[in-house]
Amino acid sequence: MEGSIAIAETVRLCRPQVISAYPITPQTHIVEGLASIVADGRLDAEYICVESEFSALSACIGASAAGSRVYSATTSQGLALMAEVVFNSAGMRLPIVMGIANRAISAPLSIWNDQQDSIMMRDSGWIQLYAEDNQEAIDMHILAYKVCEDHDILLPAFVCFDGFILSHVYEPIDLPSQELVDTFLGPFNPYQKLDVNDPISLGMYATPEYYLEFRYEHDKAVHRAAEALKKYGKEFGEVFGRDYSELVVGYKLEDAETAIVAMGSICGTVKDAIDEMRADGKKVGLLNLRCFRPFPSTDVAKALAHVNTIAVLDKNVSLGAKGAVAIEIKEACYGSNIPVYDYILGLGGRDVRKRDIKKIVELAEKGEGDMFYGLREEVL
Amino acid sequence: MVDRFIENFDCGHRACGGCGASAAVRMILKGAGKNTIVVSPTGCLEVFSTPYPETAWKTPWIHSLFENSSAVASGIEASLKKQGRLDKEKILVIGGDGATVDIGTLCISGAFERGHDFTYVCYDNEAYMNTGIQRSGATPYDADTTTSPAGVCSTGNNRPKKDLPQILVAHGSPYVATASMAYPMDLMKKVETAMNTKGPCYIQVHTPCCTGWGYDGAKTMEIGRMAVECGLWANYEIVNGELTSAKKVKRVPVDDYLKAQKRFRHLFKPVRNDAEIAKIQAIADKNAKKYGIDIE
Amino acid sequence: MTLGIGCTARPGNSRNNKTGSWRVFYPVMDTEKCTKCGTCQLICPEGCINQNPDKTYSIDLDFCKGCGMCAEECPDKAKAIHMVKEEK
Repeated sequence: MEGSIAIAETVRLCRPQVISAYPITPQTHIVEGLASIVADGRLDAEYICVESEFSALSACIGASAAGSRVYSATTSQGLALMAEVVFNSAGMRLPIVMGIANRAISAPLSIWNDQQDSIMMRDSGWIQLYAEDNQEAIDMHILAYKVCEDHDILLPAFVCFDGFILSHVYEPIDLPSQELVDTFLGPFNPYQKLDVNDPISLGMYATPEYYLEFRYEHDKAVHRAAEALKKYGKEFGEVFGRDYSELVVGYKLEDAETAIVAMGSICGTVKDAIDEMRADGKKVGLLNLRCFRPFPSTDVAKALAHVNTIAVLDKNVSLGAKGAVAIEIKEACYGSNIPVYDYILGLGGRDVRKRDIKKIVELAEKGEGDMFYGLREEVL
Repeated sequence: MVDRFIENFDCGHRACGGCGASAAVRMILKGAGKNTIVVSPTGCLEVFSTPYPETAWKTPWIHSLFENSSAVASGIEASLKKQGRLDKEKILVIGGDGATVDIGTLCISGAFERGHDFTYVCYDNEAYMNTGIQRSGATPYDADTTTSPAGVCSTGNNRPKKDLPQILVAHGSPYVATASMAYPMDLMKKVETAMNTKGPCYIQVHTPCCTGWGYDGAKTMEIGRMAVECGLWANYEIVNGELTSAKKVKRVPVDDYLKAQKRFRHLFKPVRNDAEIAKIQAIADKNAKKYGIDIE
Repeated sequence: MTLGIGCTARPGNSRNNKTGSWRVFYPVMDTEKCTKCGTCQLICPEGCINQNPDKTYSIDLDFCKGCGMCAEECPDKAKAIHMVKEEK
């Protein structure tokens, strides 16, 4: 089925009580799918047709605080519009799960895929998971609820999947059964909620005497999420048959001399390119980052310790600096002396093919990197 | 029946002495009764009532951002509906004019358009008071604020108050009212009515601010009464789009009300600015005609 | 004290902040003159005026900020409250 519909059906299985989302390309099929599911009575939920993304996430805050499991989805401009609420909801430690159909950010306006939108929220205190294919996209939704709602974690999560490339593509999907999801997730058990029988004040303001400590606790929680993701990822494997106990996954990496690091759907292309390069005798491997926040520095350093060259594919750019993934990889590998080369590519939906991956490996091994890959010189 | 001895707002909060808003909030909560969940946007009320770890709220209370309390309330309503709690628990937003009339317009319009079952009470102190008295869409004509100051080439704020009640009537709200903390029984009754009316209801409450308007805090009720008596503030109810009640007064000229506050002092010093005061009088006359407040 | 996750607290501890210390003037209530109308209790911005068993009212000076609204609004026929300057 189409990626978006698979996600909508999976959200249905997770039984949110309130769905509050605003349509935006390329996430529209998800919210339309969910609206249809609710209208047909296949999910007993309140579907709020909010008037903007800003209100979409704000309504999620209210509903989650009142004691409901909630869902929203957005991308690009919508995510930027709700930026204030993104930080606010994380600081309020509400376990909201939001699908992000990764899309480039304006200006210039683009509806096509890159990962700038979720990447720019990396400081927000949300967990960030990146799906390689639609199976991962739906599995990560279920996993996200499990991790977020753990009373030791209490964080919201982005489940990121490349817009159009995954959201609009038809792939065979193993949609789990309602029984298995119910067993794995259970009903929503909020850590605290708005309740006249036990009143709390939620979202107070913090003076300089307290603010630092709140941020410290929040940061600790995001770091703890790494272990929670691994633990519940393993449990997910036992229940559903697909293991998510690792935050970084190597592909033909064990004996690789050159490693490609990437996130999201591009990994599929990279794996095919690697197979071809291996057939030609090149020792190349892939490190697939499933999780960007918390950043799995230790796992990354360990996985890449033995390689000679690292080529990072960044479908984003922190303008004036480098691609965000490369910056993190360099930080993780600090002290190892392995050269890390950054390739900014695929922005705004620019297609990345196997031959591009092979070219990048060539460039990296020649020591040429830290570039925008694939520039069309003729239009400059 | 309103129980005037309900106390859902505790002592020890940090409002200025003589604060019209904090007195109003006590009254509003009495009108709302038990089983009320309160949502507040950023503003004076939120700041003086919840410096962590001290909270003055005895009801469940949530604060998210400055502009989104209507959207948060929408989410709470959806959740309570699904949990089967909406018949027992009610949702009340209490926010200032800044959060309501300006930056919160998007969210309040959306929430009212969707028809969520909640009540929004705006305490109107006619400026962004918490950040130091800057002009809002609810600042009255010719009021001196830090961003609409009176000066050599300015007589203060050059726009009339935004008529948000009418905007929300146009959204189809079943109950829209204005009230004043200077008339507590009327205010409490209106809050009770709104809370018991299904659908999105709105009350704008005039809450004089001694710090921002420039008068002695002991006079808060008196200033509130003077606003009503000169017609610059009208207390009325609009039920399903029809004006059903308005407080009638034996109207007096606007001068005394304006003279009593520093924010209008520039209209009298060094000389009485006849032209500007006439314009303000015209606003009062227009209110009187529109809402039928003059005792014949 | 454990940090309230999400910047959260339970009701009650605003009372730790004794705002009575803000005062310059304090109210003196003469219960003999009190007509038990309850206006002061209703309008006090602090909510620190409480009903006595005999239905008159008394002011909690731990929290009273001395704004004077009660004295101002006490009906003319009673005028049971008057403000006195604090001695430091």
